[in-house]
Amino acid sequence: MIQISQLSKKYKNAEEYSVYQLDLTIGDKEIYGLLGPNGAGKTTLISMLSSLIKPTSGSFSINGLTYRKNKSELKQLIGIVPQEYALYPTLTAYENLNYLGSMYGLKGKDLKDKIRFHLQILGLEKFSHKKVETFSGGMKRRVNLIASVLHEPKVLFLDEPTVGVDVQSKNVIMEHLQNLNDQGTTIVYTSHHLNEAEKFCSKVAIIDHGRIVIHGTPQDLIARTGDAHNLEEVFLTLTGKALRDYA
Amino acid sequence: MHKLWASTYKEALLLVRDIGGMAILFIMPIVLVVTVTLIQDSTFRSINDTKIPILWVDQDGDKVAKSIYGGLEESKAFTIINKASEEEARELVFNGKYQLAIVIPPHLTSELEQKVNRNVGDLLSKFGLEENSPQDQRTEVEKKEVVLYFDPATQITFKNSIKNGIDKMIFKIETETIYKAFQSQMTDDETEEIFDTGNFISFKEVSPQMGEKEIVPNSVQHNVPAWTLFAIFFIIVPLSINMVKEKNQGTFVRLRTNPVSYLTVLGGKTLVYLSVCMIQFGLMLVIGVYFFPTIGLPALDVSNKLALLFLVALFAGLAAIGLGLLLGTLARTQEQSAPFGATLVVILAAMGGVWVPVFIMPGFMQVLSNLSPMNWGLNAFYDVFLRKVGLMGILSDITLLFLFFILTTSISIIYNERKNVV
Repeated sequence: MIQISQLSKKYKNAEEYSVYQLDLTIGDKEIYGLLGPNGAGKTTLISMLSSLIKPTSGSFSINGLTYRKNKSELKQLIGIVPQEYALYPTLTAYENLNYLGSMYGLKGKDLKDKIRFHLQILGLEKFSHKKVETFSGGMKRRVNLIASVLHEPKVLFLDEPTVGVDVQSKNVIMEHLQNLNDQGTTIVYTSHHLNEAEKFCSKVAIIDHGRIVIHGTPQDLIARTGDAHNLEEVFLTLTGKALRDYA
Repeated sequence: MHKLWASTYKEALLLVRDIGGMAILFIMPIVLVVTVTLIQDSTFRSINDTKIPILWVDQDGDKVAKSIYGGLEESKAFTIINKASEEEARELVFNGKYQLAIVIPPHLTSELEQKVNRNVGDLLSKFGLEENSPQDQRTEVEKKEVVLYFDPATQITFKNSIKNGIDKMIFKIETETIYKAFQSQMTDDETEEIFDTGNFISFKEVSPQMGEKEIVPNSVQHNVPAWTLFAIFFIIVPLSINMVKEKNQGTFVRLRTNPVSYLTVLGGKTLVYLSVCMIQFGLMLVIGVYFFPTIGLPALDVSNKLALLFLVALFAGLAAIGLGLLLGTLARTQEQSAPFGATLVVILAAMGGVWVPVFIMPGFMQVLSNLSPMNWGLNAFYDVFLRKVGLMGILSDITLLFLFFILTTSISIIYNERKNVV
């Protein structure tokens, strides 16, 4: 279970908080979608939960562990699929996964078997010894995902895992995530694909200006928002149609 | 330990896959050492194959001019080209066609003899050995100048060595003339040798010995350690670029979310780049020992010193890597790390005495040079190559190099912890 309490983040020299006094509880084995326009605070929230940035105030725990007291155990407990590919382009898919798996303490046959298993499921087995720099965007996304789940994390954070990929790759990725969730992994992910989130997530929270605007099951949110027929309409009703460009 | 080996293997793969980078790491230092040694070799050779063409304008045509001419020829450093006109010689030098023109003024020999004879006559008359010559009947002998024209682009060190050389020759000629004047006043027999005009004081250079063999420094012995050290320190450029790339690719961010310490990540880089340094050093030695003699350079003498030399290279490599890790940790872009790293190495090399010996630097620069790890490395290399010391003799320098590695790596880790980690 992830428990977030009054969590805030204000970047240096920023005028406003990116995340402001956010309270949220995410239950075990949930697929939780964090949705919001550009600059809403989704990535900042995930970055704090995955130890990449320090909160300005507030706290959170994952399965009762906190970074202050249980940094190493917590890192072993979670997996993070970053927005960037975060792979070594001149290494092969296998070499990348072998190295990144080793960083979680995996080794030997166990590591090899896990790499082969995930490569096979995600349709990359025959490309395992090709350099990642030769891969398409969809293939890189799939390797990126495998690198984060080799150690079988209890909680998986994904920051827009399907951005810029073709329909087939997206389908394979979502199926694999569903399988992981079926096996007990809690999934927290951000996305701009609201149809995808509506089908995939057991619960969602819409975030805007660093605050949670609404949260619940997708069906619940649709029911609670006037004439909305789907999550996209809920989203536009609550966050408005104005462009959210920022630099 | 498994994570460290995995990191090391990954770094090795990244390096091996970058063929261009590998070529630069191993070939460029060799090119550098060979080029610089070839250029500097002439300054260390007693018999010089390369002669500098200079212009010679002799308006005296007598003994003094012939003596200076003979001295220049004897030095075997110059090809002397005679010119009749001072103006022409000056033009050619000032236009940069020649480095130097020497103009011997007219009547230099006769007037020198005239002046010396008069002084000797005056001196002897003081002792009552010669009749006084009436002072008022004597014509004044003007002072003479040997004129030197230098190309404005000529380096000061070259100028100074030429001026000192000519000055020495003139002094010798004057002394000999004085002796001759005394001799002619005191005896009519020109063959009789009253004075022993040979040098009373001479100097003898004593070099350290290795067993019965004298260690005579040559260009190779000086250049290989200096420029090898320079090449070793250049490792900070590819190393820092490697780290900045990791940041830009997002892999550094991923590693920060993994249960692995920054020390382990840096440890992998250190082991791989240290291996590169040692291979670089080994290649340099092979080039010095086997290749240099084939191109007419003296062979590098590494007999009985290999272990100590590799020890110095190891610690110099660690110091360089520490600096590279720090730069890679601080820099955000390759545009920051690459030019800064390259410039820093050049500055440290200059401070360390790679280009100009520390002892001829200004006082405050000599103090500053003590802060350059390249100075410590160079001292240790010279200690082994040229000063015949053992492990104890280089202990202080390699300890400084190791402390520098510890310091820079610690700063990297602390900076990373403070900046990045929750």
